[in-house]
Amino acid sequence: MTRDEIRAKILEIIEQILPDEDLSNLKSDVRIRDQVEMDSMDFLDIIMELRKNYGIEVPEDDYMKLSSLDSSVDYLEPLMKHI
Amino acid sequence: MHYDCLIIGAGMSGLAAGIRLAYFKKKVCILEKHYRVGGLNSFYSINGYNFDVGLHAVTNYVPREIKLAPLPKLLRQLRLKIEDFDLHQQIMSTIKFPEKSLRFTNDFDFFIQEVGDNFPYQTDNFRRLLKAITEYNELSLDAKPISARRVVDSFISDPLLIEMIFCPLSYYGSAQEKDMDFAQFVIMFKSIFCEGFARPYAGVRQIIDVLVKKYKEYGGELRTKCGVEKLNITNDKIKSVMLEDNEVLTADKIISSAGYIETMQLLSSPFPGGCKARQGKLSFIEFIFILAKEPSEMDYTTTITFYNSSDKFAYQKPNDFIDTSSGVICCPNNFQFKKPLSYGIIRITNQANFQLWNRLTDEEYKSQKTICLESALKEVVKFVPDFSDSIVFTDIFTPKTIYKYTGHLNGAPYGTPDKIRNGRTHLDNLFICGTDQGFLGIVGAMLSGISMANLHVLKNS
Repeated sequence: MTRDEIRAKILEIIEQILPDEDLSNLKSDVRIRDQVEMDSMDFLDIIMELRKNYGIEVPEDDYMKLSSLDSSVDYLEPLMKHI
Repeated sequence: MHYDCLIIGAGMSGLAAGIRLAYFKKKVCILEKHYRVGGLNSFYSINGYNFDVGLHAVTNYVPREIKLAPLPKLLRQLRLKIEDFDLHQQIMSTIKFPEKSLRFTNDFDFFIQEVGDNFPYQTDNFRRLLKAITEYNELSLDAKPISARRVVDSFISDPLLIEMIFCPLSYYGSAQEKDMDFAQFVIMFKSIFCEGFARPYAGVRQIIDVLVKKYKEYGGELRTKCGVEKLNITNDKIKSVMLEDNEVLTADKIISSAGYIETMQLLSSPFPGGCKARQGKLSFIEFIFILAKEPSEMDYTTTITFYNSSDKFAYQKPNDFIDTSSGVICCPNNFQFKKPLSYGIIRITNQANFQLWNRLTDEEYKSQKTICLESALKEVVKFVPDFSDSIVFTDIFTPKTIYKYTGHLNGAPYGTPDKIRNGRTHLDNLFICGTDQGFLGIVGAMLSGISMANLHVLKNS
């Protein structure tokens, strides 16, 4: 997957978890939780969807690296480029 | 057969836990003792009339714009939409004591105003209590129990207001006599006063049907008429689950919604040092009346009336079959439905004594129900219009019925007063969800299943 594709997949997951949120104006470099109303349970769901859909394990110590869209793509790129 | 997770009980919490696990591709099976799912919240029909048990109303109702409250949270977690529950808001409910009444709706400011009008000199105290409630993290999984009576006493100086606040909160979820744990108090206060009541047009079956459908859609397996006989232990783990028909299943993890003590009683070797949790004592009797007309035709439009006949509210196991001095009168018709229900319904709930009911012969049991029915009716018509001439059908459930259908010791629907907040037991792969985990009400029950599935199965797998 390319960076753009990974980004699209992340947005797809967020949309699935938060179907009522408008994600079109989501800024890539700002913490996702500062832009949409979500709590820790929702955040954990992103991690679990990544595992379910792509078999990616994100250890708890790395959760911080998924805080913004940009940082998520950076983190996931090496893990998803072969998918 | 081997599973990733077995869930004991297909009530609200077990089904919610099951949906989470099935959605994330776990091999999961829910074992339900009865032929019908729902547990504490279920439904049945007699003579063509539909009856709900458990649920008077869904608590925690919030408008769609609010996202970070228990109800929207659980909908997101279960990948459901608010429309799936077909919720309709209450009209107005009331807490009636001899000297004063406090009305409340789903608009919390209205309740603050009501408290201010009835207890003007308590306005500031009440605001300080609200601040304490708002700032408290009631969903923390490792909070130490604190007496809610003590906390509320420290803010509110009028004992009548305290009793009036405790009345609905106790009835809708307290496992403890005379007091509540403050965390439980906060959960109930928010779910009833700050948020509010709503009901699906079709009653509790709407919610149960949606949960079962979702669970099966994600590939979850549900076995009804499938009671658990024994949990076999080897080396601090449940090695296998033996069913009542002697079939043996195995699983990596087991989540039980059967109640904490009830689950401990299923273990093949006893709890080391004996189980310290206290048995719940609080049980209820409920009368369900089908009426020839809508209660609104008798000028009764209140959704739920919590009544108490004196200035002191007694929430404790009565010494008699029934305690009619306080109770809950629920009218399922009085929600903001687009079309009226097919018939009028009034439900009355009073506290009752399990042991007394349990020792009666069949004959005595029947006649005692009639005696209690008369005494309950006599009391409630002091608080609501006399509807007795309109009754066309009556069904009654007692503490014995609750025991039979939920398996909760002493017919105590709210379980042990000693909640297992983090859901852990002394066994590595056995966890507790549902009423004994401590999130209350129907929304709390579902959140309990979700939280325990997340924490103990999904997060670390």
